[in-house]
Amino acid sequence: MQADERLRQNGASTLNKQQTASRLELIDITKQYPGCLANDSINLCLQPGEIHALLGENGAGKSTLVKTIYGVVAPDKGDILWDGKEVTIKSPSTARDLGIGMVFQHFSLFETLTVSQNIELCLSQKHLDNIGDLASKIRQLSEEYGLNVDPHKYVHSLSIGERQRVEIMRCLVQSVKLLILDEPTSVLTPQEVSGLFDVLRTLSKEGCSILFISHKLHEVTEICHQATILRGGKVVDTCVPSEETPASIAKMMVGDLAEQETQYTKKEGTHTLFSANKLSLPSKQPFGTSLKNIQFELKAGEILGIAGVAGNGQDELMAIISGEDHRANKTSLSLDQMYIGHLSAGDRRKLGMAYVPEERLGRGAVPDMSLTENTLLTHSTGFIKNGLVQWQEAKEYASRLIKKYNVKCHGEFSEAKSLSGGNLQKFIMGREIGQNPKLLICAHPTWGVDVGAALAIHQALLDLRDQGAAILLISEDIDELFLLADRMSAICDGHLSPQVKTQDTNIDQIGQWMAGTFIDTQRELTQETQS
Amino acid sequence: MDADLITQILFAAIKTGTPLLFIALGEVICEKSGILNLGQEGMMLMGAVVGFLAAYTTGSMGLGVLAAMIMGSLMSLIFAVLVLQLGANQVATGLALTIFGTGLSAFVGSGVVGQTIQGFAPIDIPLLSEIPYLGEILFKHDILVYLSFAITIALYFVVNKTRIGLTLKAVGENPNAANAIGIKVLQVRYLAIMFGGAMAGIAGAYMSLVYTPMWVENMTSGRGWIALALVVFASWRIGRIMLGAYLFGLASIMHLVLQGLGWSISPNLLAMLPYVATVIVMVIISADHFKEKLLAPRSLGKPFDPRNMA
Repeated sequence: MQADERLRQNGASTLNKQQTASRLELIDITKQYPGCLANDSINLCLQPGEIHALLGENGAGKSTLVKTIYGVVAPDKGDILWDGKEVTIKSPSTARDLGIGMVFQHFSLFETLTVSQNIELCLSQKHLDNIGDLASKIRQLSEEYGLNVDPHKYVHSLSIGERQRVEIMRCLVQSVKLLILDEPTSVLTPQEVSGLFDVLRTLSKEGCSILFISHKLHEVTEICHQATILRGGKVVDTCVPSEETPASIAKMMVGDLAEQETQYTKKEGTHTLFSANKLSLPSKQPFGTSLKNIQFELKAGEILGIAGVAGNGQDELMAIISGEDHRANKTSLSLDQMYIGHLSAGDRRKLGMAYVPEERLGRGAVPDMSLTENTLLTHSTGFIKNGLVQWQEAKEYASRLIKKYNVKCHGEFSEAKSLSGGNLQKFIMGREIGQNPKLLICAHPTWGVDVGAALAIHQALLDLRDQGAAILLISEDIDELFLLADRMSAICDGHLSPQVKTQDTNIDQIGQWMAGTFIDTQRELTQETQS
Repeated sequence: MDADLITQILFAAIKTGTPLLFIALGEVICEKSGILNLGQEGMMLMGAVVGFLAAYTTGSMGLGVLAAMIMGSLMSLIFAVLVLQLGANQVATGLALTIFGTGLSAFVGSGVVGQTIQGFAPIDIPLLSEIPYLGEILFKHDILVYLSFAITIALYFVVNKTRIGLTLKAVGENPNAANAIGIKVLQVRYLAIMFGGAMAGIAGAYMSLVYTPMWVENMTSGRGWIALALVVFASWRIGRIMLGAYLFGLASIMHLVLQGLGWSISPNLLAMLPYVATVIVMVIISADHFKEKLLAPRSLGKPFDPRNMA
């Protein structure tokens, strides 16, 4: 009811503002995909200099909407007004010509090109001629906004935070009037986030409108002037974030389902189950991170969380522990007082290890296989009798998983690739937890999963811990780690920080660690012990 | 060995390396856009036979080369439609194109097997050909060799110095990102593939109009495959492709050289040299995974479908 009233008010205010010409106005934008109405008559209005949050769970239609604005997706119905004039945005280049810039969630940079080449690719020839020397223009803007971007560096040598600044720079060079940011903070350390916000505030003061997509509600309340909340492709509410709390906004996002600020009891493990001892390995990937002297212990009955910005060695660490990459020394990893560094992934699974990789399609599941077949992949011994696959049992197991974790799909015969990311994640989590492993290694357990299902996954993880399993949780979502982990640690540039009890630390300290402040002291310590 | 002999050997190496240079230049542009076309051999054979037929019937060498280029691009267009439009597997489609081209060229050319024509006459470039040694090696060739010089220089400039080159690299590295910033990925790939086809066509024409001015079934004898290795050997750099092409050319005339020196090694063994060299080079390059990945276009061989972007 309240929502309806707000909507009407918003509608009225748009009418009033039409005389002063809003920067951008969307009227009745509708987009139908096969089997899903992604955007259902969406109205949205943005003033010059306004920072506007676009909120909603995964699958609420945010991405489709911003892609429509940026010309990547053509709407089936509806009008777009730009500075009061009706426009058709056929392609991203039309959008850019209007003055719309976008920073993507997965960056659209080319790693083998330099910063200035990357920026050049986005500019029209006319624009380039106007600018003159691109490199000096980049330096000048870099200074003006405190972006700290070196035009001649190759992108593959930049950190994630720097890459994001390159993307923002790319928009600035084009003198944008509307900047769209798709979950910009999900890859940044807390310190980098506040730097980003300073840039956004400066831009806003200069009259640039910003459309800000985020899942992190405290950020929205901190920086945004207006918020539009989507659910199931519809605008369900609008609000002024500074007048709301994260909890009240969350409620608007998920309806009445949300259970905010849940607290789980922290536990202490019983005995050391798994340990990594002086684990150092160069990365196999050209742009990968080498692991440097990683050392930690994991106890039975506890959850150890490893925080870190993406690309700091998480993938390499996961691969080494799971056995996907078995170049480690025999003695550098041990499980149950047994050295396992030399064992293959399959042998490690037989010893009671389970693994949820970050990449769901291709690593966690075979895209072209049915869910039943994907179940078989890691339950092979369970469903085989006398050398024959027990299809009936496997099928029943798969359908039980689908029911238990509320996986949205046609049935256990659906191909893995036909599921949405969040639903596949639920299935894979269920499959791995269902093996009752002694040790579960898990990356981003609720990535792309809606709030209700995330709660179910959290509960399943905690139950597993309470049964005495050890869980290693690697995530970029600090809030989730603080919620679930009994002990915390952070990874930066292949170094692993010390581990501390979650009660004894705070977001600030972990944030510092994510930025690598522990590395020097750790290095001194090891040098001391060596000498 | 005297200086004259060395000059002659190098002259011959350039002549032998030229078809490799043409086809490898085409392939490298194609691969830079992220497309692996294994149909080189088929396109080259079709270029050779059609080029020969055109020159044989019209008596015009220029028309022969033009026909070969058009034929090569048409062949590559089949590949492009299958791979880009219909999402067919690049490796399988490329192999099929080679098999198709081999068979079709034999069929088309069956009437003119053994016929000969007057090939392109060598042109001595005034002044330049007077330079001692160097002039002998570089500037007493036929027009197609000079064309290959020009194309190499032009491509070097385009790939490394222009926006077109930047766009090409961008598409080959990350087609999704390229699409997001408004580059027409499929259009770029179509053009790159068809350029590769046209170059394969010229390479074929060089075989049947200049190198041995006649048509024989399978006359390219695996040069399309060597060119693929050559692109890797040159780590996708234009300048190195030219150098590599002449090295490979040198390797394939080595048996003549050694015979000239009076070494009695079976010519069959020596004829294997370029292939052995190819294998060795491939092994050396693949040994360093790190470098291989850094140099190769990162999305090479991976399909891109703009319809999946939403």
